[in-house]
Amino acid sequence: MTDALTKLLENNILQLGIWETIYMTLISTLIAYLIGLPLGVILTITDKDGIRPIPWLNKTLGIIVNIFRSIPFIVLMVAFLPLSKLLVGKSYGNEAMIVMLVIAAAPYIARMVESSIKEVGAGIIEAAQSMGTPTLQIITKVLLPEAKISLIVGAVISSVTVLSYTAMGATISAGGLGSIAIIWGHQRSNPEITWICVALIILIVQVIQEVGMRLARKLDKRAK
Amino acid sequence: MIELKNISKTFTSKSGPITALENISITIEDGEIFGIIGLSGAGKSTLVRCINLLERPDSGEVVIDGVNLMEVSKKELLTIRQNIGMIFQGFNLLEQRNVLKNVTFPLEVAGWEKEKAKARALELLEIVGLSDRALSYPSQLSGGQKQRVAIARALATNPKYILCDEATSALDPNTTSSILELLRHINKTMGVTVIIITHEMDVIERICHRVAVLDKSHVAEMGYVTDVFTDPQSDIARELVLPKILSALDQTTGYALRLVFNGESSDKPIVSSLVTECSAPVSILFADIKELDGKNYGQMLIVLPRDATEALEKMCDWLTRNHVKFSMETTLTREEDKA
Repeated sequence: MTDALTKLLENNILQLGIWETIYMTLISTLIAYLIGLPLGVILTITDKDGIRPIPWLNKTLGIIVNIFRSIPFIVLMVAFLPLSKLLVGKSYGNEAMIVMLVIAAAPYIARMVESSIKEVGAGIIEAAQSMGTPTLQIITKVLLPEAKISLIVGAVISSVTVLSYTAMGATISAGGLGSIAIIWGHQRSNPEITWICVALIILIVQVIQEVGMRLARKLDKRAK
Repeated sequence: MIELKNISKTFTSKSGPITALENISITIEDGEIFGIIGLSGAGKSTLVRCINLLERPDSGEVVIDGVNLMEVSKKELLTIRQNIGMIFQGFNLLEQRNVLKNVTFPLEVAGWEKEKAKARALELLEIVGLSDRALSYPSQLSGGQKQRVAIARALATNPKYILCDEATSALDPNTTSSILELLRHINKTMGVTVIIITHEMDVIERICHRVAVLDKSHVAEMGYVTDVFTDPQSDIARELVLPKILSALDQTTGYALRLVFNGESSDKPIVSSLVTECSAPVSILFADIKELDGKNYGQMLIVLPRDATEALEKMCDWLTRNHVKFSMETTLTREEDKA
C-alpha cells in the first residue's frame, strides 16, 4: 500500500468520500424529484394533447426547463453560487453542491417524468375520462401508477447522472469520491488513488442500477 | 333517453378541416340496443364520443334524460359520465391493477367505501363469469376475458347506458358471440340501454333493435334492424347488408330472392317446403345463417329459372304466409334486364 493511500484510509478520508458521494446523490435526487415530478406532470397534462391543455403555461415551463438543461453543469455551478448562499447560507461545500445538483437535475427529471407519463396509452386515459374521473385522480390513479415502471427506470438513470455530477464537487470545495480523485489522485500524482475512486464509483453505480432494475421488474404487472 | 340534435363536428388537420359529423340527429330510447354502423372514417367513433362529450360537438345538443350536456358545468359532466359506462375495442384496462381493482376503479372515483366497492366488483365479476380471475392482472387474460372485465367495470356504477366502441372488433368469432350474448343479457336483465358502434353488420343483426347507418358524416338510414336488413334503402346500407349477395347476384340470370332470418322466421324447413309445397325448382346461390338460442339469423339467396313464374308466385305467397321476410333482388341483377 502506498503512503498516500495509507494516509487516506487512516484518516477515514476515503470512507467519508464514499459516504459523501452516496448522500449527495440521494438527497439531491430526492429533492430534485420533489420539483421535477410535479413539473413533469404539469408539462404532460398541459400539453395541447394532454388532459388539461394550457398552451401558454406549457410553453413557458418548457422554455425554462430547456434553458436550465442547456447550461453546462460546471458553468451552472459557478453562476448560481449566490443563490446557494441565499438558500443554505454557504456558497461552498456539500450543502452548496446539493443546491447545484438540484438545480441541474430537477429540469432533467421533469423531462424524464414527462416522457414516462407520455407512454401511458391514450385509450386508458380515455377510459378513465369516460368514467368521470377528475384530472387530479387521473394523475394519481392512472398516469403515475401506469407509468410506474418507466418512472423507476427514469429514477435510476437520473440518479446515476446526479452521481456523475457530484464528481465535480471539488470546484466548490465539496467532498465525495470525485474530489478525492482530483485532489489526492490527480493533483498529488497518486494514480492508484484515482483508480480506486473510479472503481468505487463504478461499484456504487452498479448497485443503484441493480436495485432499481430489480424493483422495476418486481413491480411490473404487465409481463408474463 | 339520449337525444342527439343536429350534431356537427369538424377536426382541423394539417391538410385542412375534416368534417366528422354533419347535422346528425338520433334519438335512443331507454332499454333498447341501438347500433351505429358505418365504414371506417364514417364518423361513428366521433359520434359515440359525443354522447358522453369525450368529443365536444361544434354545434348541436346532447340531451340525456332531459339534461343538455353542452350546458352543464365540468363538475356536473363528470357526475353524468359516471352514469354512462363505456367499453372499447382495445379494452383499455389499467395494466398495473388486477381485475378486481380495475372493476372498483369507477367506484373509487364515485367515492364508494372500499368494502362496498369490493363487494360490488365481485358481484359483477360473477355476472361476467370471471369470479376466479379477480386477482389476475390484465396481461394474464385473453382478449375476451379482458373485454368481460371492461364490461364489469363499465357496469360498476350501475349506469343507465353503456357505450360500446367497436367492442368486438378485436375478438375472434366465438368470443364475439359470447360478448354479444353478455351484452344482450345485461340489456335484458338490468334494463341497461346499449349503444353499439361497429363496422360489422353481423353484430347489428345479432343483437340490435334499431340501427343508424352512418355514411360520410351523415345518417344515411335509420330504423328497425329487421327493416333495414330486409329492405335497405341507401347505397351504403345495401353495401353493408349485402356484400356477398351483390357479387353472387352478378352471376345469375334467374329470379333471385333474398330470404332474411332474424330469429322470428318460421322454424319450418324452408327450402324443402318450397320445393314440395310450391314445386319451385330453387337453387341456393348464397347462404349465411347462424343459429343463436335455437333461432336462425342471417340471409339466403335463392334463384329460380326465368320460366318458373308460376312457381315464383306460389313461393312468394308461401313465404308471406309463413312470415319469412324476403325481397326480390332480380331487378338489379344484370344490365340486359334493364335493356
